[in-house]
Amino acid sequence: MRVGLLGRKIGMTQIFQEDGTAVPITVLECGPCTVLQVRTDEVDGYHAVQLGFDDKKRKNATQAERGHAKKVDAEPKRYVKEIRQAGPVDVTAGTTLTVEAFSEIKNVDVTGVSKGRGFSGVMKRHGFRGLRATHGVKRMHRHPGSSGPSADPSRTRKGIRKPGQHGNAQVTVRNLEIVRVDPTNNLLLLRGAVPGPNGGYLTVRQTNKG
Amino acid sequence: MQNRFLTAVEQGSMKEKLPKFEIGDTVDVHVRILEGDKERIQIFNGVVIARSGGGTREMFVVRRIVQGEGVERKFPIHSPRIADIVVKRSGKVRRAKLYFLRERSGKAVRLKERFNTGAALADAKAAKAERKAAKVAAKAAKADAKAAAKAEAGK
Repeated sequence: MRVGLLGRKIGMTQIFQEDGTAVPITVLECGPCTVLQVRTDEVDGYHAVQLGFDDKKRKNATQAERGHAKKVDAEPKRYVKEIRQAGPVDVTAGTTLTVEAFSEIKNVDVTGVSKGRGFSGVMKRHGFRGLRATHGVKRMHRHPGSSGPSADPSRTRKGIRKPGQHGNAQVTVRNLEIVRVDPTNNLLLLRGAVPGPNGGYLTVRQTNKG
Repeated sequence: MQNRFLTAVEQGSMKEKLPKFEIGDTVDVHVRILEGDKERIQIFNGVVIARSGGGTREMFVVRRIVQGEGVERKFPIHSPRIADIVVKRSGKVRRAKLYFLRERSGKAVRLKERFNTGAALADAKAAKAERKAAKVAAKAAKADAKAAAKAEAGK
């Protein structure tokens, strides 16, 4: 079974190892998650475990959400995601998974929604270098420059990087090392950064890399 | 305000008892150095010219003059590699960052000494007594170990 949980980003800090090396870490509040449904090949055409994290007020939930949660005797959840599985799993709907599920696992993939940066220019969005600050450059300092050849092909080729919406998109960071699992506070400490703002929801899965 | 979980995580990596020192103090920083599998302590002596950061990330900068050349080292306060920080002399200063010392050379680098009075004096005395007690305890432990070893050998 591919172990996965839902959680929330708390923030980043650093901790020291015994030999004195500082480790940059992200602290996640991970679980407890309720298994809302188990998808099976016979019924749904694929295998997956549907998890819910963080209770929602009943008055804010739709009738559909309330009914779905009621089937497993749980509160409606704010963050619901499925963890795809390769085959049938021995988890039943209604059980609760905690961060201890990760105690045997070394590396994880983390999926979340990156910080939105709105409509951004090419320097911020794609790391273009812009034009020169002086030497006769006129009001074009952060421009992309040319976007391709002229009369032939007399059109802009597909895939040219341009300004546009930057961030606020799903991002997955793969193969992050688990530094520590803290079951008393439901905390998961990962080495490195994860997408999104502090407080943002995340899906954490056992990695399928390496 | 920082999240309580974050604070809890940081707490585990922070030293419970931080040696007390201030900006302008001349200090001995005891740095643990690993040579192969042997550990020894190197002392870096100089003036504390800045402190920055908070939590586990708090750092301090020590400046000294080596052969007429200014040398600065920045240490993480909570690093396990910092064994101890001993205040040798307190300097009388009026600001938090002593970057103006970088432009000075020779006798101008010296800071006027601050002599402890009142509460600060009591603090310093307590710290000294504690250090002494620790030393005595270490010695006693060593003696005990020696005696035990001897007894073992005697058998």
